Amino acid sequence: MTRPSPGQGALVIEMAGVSKAFHGVMALRDVGFACHAGEVHALVGENGAGKSTLIKILSGAYRPDRGALRMAGRPIAFAHPLDALNAGVSVIHQEFSLLPERTVAQNVFLGREPTRRGVIDAAAMRAETARALDLLGAPLDPDARVGELAIAERQMVEIAKAISLDARVLVMDEPTAALNEHECAILYRTVETLAARGVAVVYITHRMREVSRLAARVTVLKDGEVAARFDTQPAPQTIVRAMVGRDIADFYAPPATPAEIGAVVLDVRGLATATLRDVGFELRAGEIVGFAGLQGAGRAALAMALYGEAAITAGSVSLDGAPVAFRSPRAAISGGLGLLPGDRKAEGLALMQSVRDNGMLGARAFARLLARRSTHAHAGATYIDALLDRMDVRAASYDQEIRFLSGGNQQKTILARWLALDPRVLIFIEPTRGVHVNAKAGIYRLMRDLARRGAAIMMISSDLPELIGAADRILVMRDGAIVAEFGHGAAEAAIMLAATGEREAAA
Amino acid sequence: MTAVVARARAGLRFERWAPALLLGGAVGLYVGIALLTGQSQYLTPDNAVAILGRSIALGITAIGQTFAILVASIDLSVASLISASAVLASVVMNGEPRMILPAIVAVLALGALVGLVNGLIITKLEVNPLIATLGMALIIQGGLSAFVSNFAGAVPEAFLVFAYGAIAGVPLSLVFLLALAAVAGFVLRFTRFGSDIYSVGGNRDAARLAGLRTDRVVIGAHVVCSLCAAIAGLYLASRLRSGAPWIGSDGVYDLESIAVVVIGGTLLAGGRGGVWGTMGGVLIFSLIDATFNLAGVDAFAKQVLRGVVIVAAVAFYAVRSRRLVA
Repeated sequence: MTRPSPGQGALVIEMAGVSKAFHGVMALRDVGFACHAGEVHALVGENGAGKSTLIKILSGAYRPDRGALRMAGRPIAFAHPLDALNAGVSVIHQEFSLLPERTVAQNVFLGREPTRRGVIDAAAMRAETARALDLLGAPLDPDARVGELAIAERQMVEIAKAISLDARVLVMDEPTAALNEHECAILYRTVETLAARGVAVVYITHRMREVSRLAARVTVLKDGEVAARFDTQPAPQTIVRAMVGRDIADFYAPPATPAEIGAVVLDVRGLATATLRDVGFELRAGEIVGFAGLQGAGRAALAMALYGEAAITAGSVSLDGAPVAFRSPRAAISGGLGLLPGDRKAEGLALMQSVRDNGMLGARAFARLLARRSTHAHAGATYIDALLDRMDVRAASYDQEIRFLSGGNQQKTILARWLALDPRVLIFIEPTRGVHVNAKAGIYRLMRDLARRGAAIMMISSDLPELIGAADRILVMRDGAIVAEFGHGAAEAAIMLAATGEREAAA
Repeated sequence: MTAVVARARAGLRFERWAPALLLGGAVGLYVGIALLTGQSQYLTPDNAVAILGRSIALGITAIGQTFAILVASIDLSVASLISASAVLASVVMNGEPRMILPAIVAVLALGALVGLVNGLIITKLEVNPLIATLGMALIIQGGLSAFVSNFAGAVPEAFLVFAYGAIAGVPLSLVFLLALAAVAGFVLRFTRFGSDIYSVGGNRDAARLAGLRTDRVVIGAHVVCSLCAAIAGLYLASRLRSGAPWIGSDGVYDLESIAVVVIGGTLLAGGRGGVWGTMGGVLIFSLIDATFNLAGVDAFAKQVLRGVVIVAAVAFYAVRSRRLVA
């Protein structure tokens, strides 16, 4: 597919001199932004750069304090998200706004169900949904319940909704954040299809790879202002420099030297559960082992089984040479395991509690265990504060509610919680999901520090470049088994090949 | 991956049929106890109708409660509203047949008003529905007790037909209940309003972002809920020939209506379930009562066992849905 050259399509949506402040803090300052029919316009910037405020203005959730919004040259004002929808602006939010208990068709028509004599026209809904899904090439049943679909399939439902609304502008907020490589490839094709049909796509992302793959134009936001605008595809480094205001040279910490890798900490042999079969591997002290695979390949299931959250039906696990069988997360933690969940908000944080309380969760729950070890005053607030300081957690104060922190700072706080317990093995699931570029490097560095101090690290990630850069070894899982192993710096294509089991890599 | 999906689907099918299974269990228990204790005279169609007849008021109330719970709200004011409606009906009618229609209109207006106020407090003042409707219950009950302390007024003979009339041997009230359930089921399944209720109950933010006027949907559900409670009050006035300020709370219609809705498979968090499950829940409740009567369980033990049944039924759903996730 050829990328439409800029200026080819008509100007569809345009923002001029838009400013928006919250309680005196400028979230957007004099921002200009335009998107043309048939183009993918990438909007990049760190968290807090003003992207979400811009999206909310485009979608009618916020009204700008100053400045104008124009569609096809005519001034327009959205008072309610419905106005934006009616004008042809659809937004696919990062946290999907689908109803899991309802069917695909019911979700596509949410809030605008067609009726005939007061009765909902289910046949028309089904037919229109099937048409939209067909356009996307998504083989979904309009009658399937959304709760039964995979994340990528749910996204297709969101896109189908936009298509059936005849959206002229489609805003996608980090659409690949929860997708694996294979699903990303499908999404890219879908975005290209939409652009080819004349839709103006505003694509928000952190990933430079996506920008170079998809975008015709790029706008970089920084601190609420437009830091740079490119009408042709610039080099990724140029974009990153505009985003963070500096170069990122040492993005990933260097891999472990042979001397740094120590004895076997975790030894798993022939492990089987309801979804896993014959999984065997070793984790050594000082080593970061990456786990690659598609969604559902068994990586999260493996983490849960090790962590005592799923019943093990066969095989053995030993920790520091002694056989263990954890029956609950509490037992696993006592034994020296730690886990940083992939869904921070749902599984990792008490959002309404303070940063310090979140950091101390582990130390408090295991106060007696720590007292028995009595190496240092782990459980104290001063210890946690020092830990948070050392990890450079940025908060107004550690008494601040953690929901106000950025993803990176939240992740660091969870890590501090574990560090207080001195775990032997730490399992990271999607450690940098929703964390902005600059903070990612900080997380990788912390992981490496932890390994250097003798912990074994299991890193589950769907972000292949990150696995390749940060891990010392990569194990690839498929259908509940480990199917391949790669060393540091392996080629992305080779890993994909193993993960999909296809002859040709999908991406 | 495919295995996981298949398992999830099987679990869902099970969930859909769970109320039917529970109902089957309750019927089996009743029949079993009747046969064991040699009381097979209680296994006639007439007796079945009699069992159902005891739960008309609960059934009508629970249909309304289903709307409130589906939209992720709840209504604790139904019992007080039932009392108020019964008293209002019997006072306005005061034995005069020509006052039947005005009384019905007054009671329905009261119901609509209470539902509207409940809904407005919950949506506009953003008061938690539990607290909002609990407050409303106290206000209604207090106001009612200030005016009447015993049976007040009387309903005319003609109005007794609601509770005691029959069509071809089937009590009119039972026919009414089933018709009401059918209408409610139709509204939930096939109309915009019904679809909106599931959407708002499933995820209010998502519904709002999709352009739904979620406040109106919540208010609408509360109006339906209160209207049903008002109708239940009319039914009880007919059945008791008069209204008294304690009949609602005596029947524990607030908590029992919630219990049968949940036993009927409607998610307390909203967004899933329906009226036919609730009807199953009502039937399960009346069957359990009838079984206890057959077995000669004393009144206090009966109360304990009812509590056990409610908790067990909800735990049953919870365990099922947890397996689904695992």
